[in-house]
Amino acid sequence: MPTSTQTTESGPAGHSEPENGQKSGPANGPKPKAVVRPGDRIFSAATLIAGILILLILAGVALFLLAQSKDTIQAQISDPSSITGGNGFLPYVWPLVVGTLISAAIALVVATPFALGIALFTTHMAPRKLAPVLGYVIDLLAAIPSVVYGLWGIALAGNLTSFYLWLSKWFGWIPIFAPAEDGSVSQTGRTLLTASLVLSIMILPIITSLTREIFLQTPRLQEEAALALGATRWEMIRMAVLPFGKSGIVSATMLGLGRALGETMAVAMILSPGLLTASLVVSGNQTIASEIAQNFPEAAGLRLSELITVGLVLFVITLLVNMGARAIVAKTSVKGS
Amino acid sequence: MSKQIDIKDLDIFYGDFRAVDGVQMQIKPRSVTAFIGPSGCGKSTVLRTLNRMHEVIPGASVSGEVLMDGNDIYGAGVDPVNVRREVGMVFQRANPFPTMSIKENVLAGVRLNNKRLSKSEADELTERALRGANLWNEVKDRLNLPGSGLSGGQQQRLCIARAIAVEPEVLLMDEPCSALDPISTLAIEDLINDLKDKYTVVIVTHNMQQAARVSDKTAFFNIAGTGKPGKLIEFNETSAIFSNPDKEETENYISGRFG
Repeated sequence: MPTSTQTTESGPAGHSEPENGQKSGPANGPKPKAVVRPGDRIFSAATLIAGILILLILAGVALFLLAQSKDTIQAQISDPSSITGGNGFLPYVWPLVVGTLISAAIALVVATPFALGIALFTTHMAPRKLAPVLGYVIDLLAAIPSVVYGLWGIALAGNLTSFYLWLSKWFGWIPIFAPAEDGSVSQTGRTLLTASLVLSIMILPIITSLTREIFLQTPRLQEEAALALGATRWEMIRMAVLPFGKSGIVSATMLGLGRALGETMAVAMILSPGLLTASLVVSGNQTIASEIAQNFPEAAGLRLSELITVGLVLFVITLLVNMGARAIVAKTSVKGS
Repeated sequence: MSKQIDIKDLDIFYGDFRAVDGVQMQIKPRSVTAFIGPSGCGKSTVLRTLNRMHEVIPGASVSGEVLMDGNDIYGAGVDPVNVRREVGMVFQRANPFPTMSIKENVLAGVRLNNKRLSKSEADELTERALRGANLWNEVKDRLNLPGSGLSGGQQQRLCIARAIAVEPEVLLMDEPCSALDPISTLAIEDLINDLKDKYTVVIVTHNMQQAARVSDKTAFFNIAGTGKPGKLIEFNETSAIFSNPDKEETENYISGRFG
């Protein structure tokens, strides 16, 4: 196979040591050209274009957000009181950031155990005939438009009020379940907790399908090693499946988190927004995406720029979350055999 | 320790397909028994029925009896998990748990059986199992490093250490040397010789010289053709199988002549 040998030899040699290239390559020039098939060239060009395109789009979004934020930044410097709320941009955006993070965190905390449970059930526990049906149903959840989730969430909210009342009665001493001063909770149930619970159902399918794929890839040899030692099904999962899938679980969760951070429609429909409060069972709080969606139609001038700046903040948060996830994945990934 | 295995009228099925037909065999305690035969003849399948590992494959089932010191491991109410705790297994490719250290790998099975081990007990057991697998001297300075960092032969001996750490009655080996170089193979073969002082060892191998070197008795399996069930052709003292087999089929196989 002379083609492949030439390619591999002259590749690194051409970069670092041209002397070597002369020795190992054919003797017809100082820098022998590697033989490249047209198919390879087309394919590598196509992947390069795809890679560059995604970077360009991302850069375009970032540039647009930055350019449109200019007015807000100027207003912040010259006259902070002109920004919504009257105290400058930071006090305006801060509650939104906290609301967004809290709702996404709750959604993640609720959804992840369920997602892992469903994925483990479908891959390792379920009867062979039931497993694909379950997987199909879960994937179907991902295809439901968020408007429908919003409508369903509003219906759900009404039924949750008595539960919230119960929570505030018995667990009111925990700040997140504290009732309002007069001892009441939200009459409509359209609180941040309701929105977060609906969010958790929305991110369930993505975490489930990704972890399911990962669990399916557990090396059979590892599973058999555990079983042959006399492990029960659960012990086998703990010894072989979960350690192998750890990094995949983290990245699946982070993708779910990304979706929860950015989800707009359902939250905008369910949550009746208000000031930032620690309690999740009274009305109040707002998320970034929902704030933009609810105010964008009537916004103009500085208000419009404000909303876009808020969007920029969300963009940065998402970026940071993804970078953090990458770092975790890089640290926890194992080389399976 | 070390139990006798009696296999009586064992048929093995994958779904409706009869993979192995009518195996009769008595495996003595403290001996090495080798299963030889061409690929697909069911020797690995028979091996895996001895610790019910074939049940991992959906649709697999058996009929007949496998008695360990007289107790049928397929009897009603027998938990396969308990069977596997008495019958250790070593696989074709070394499969230490990649996230665990060498020491944790050795102790993995023990921690399943009885949850609590004091540190000194754990250290002592690790040393004993690794010495039992002829690996102690090579790894004693790096017990806390991952098992996946060892060479292939060392990994396979680590897997043997892991299997014998739980002090099983029987040790099954499914082509344990097929991915190893001759020197590592020799190390494992020497080890098998030591192991038979304590355990009933059953080994599947494609290497007939290996069967001749390590085993006391040899079972030859063959298959009549694709889609036909595998059968036990001959089971006898290893010396008899390789010098003076009863069946012509066996003679053809061990001498490299077919048909």
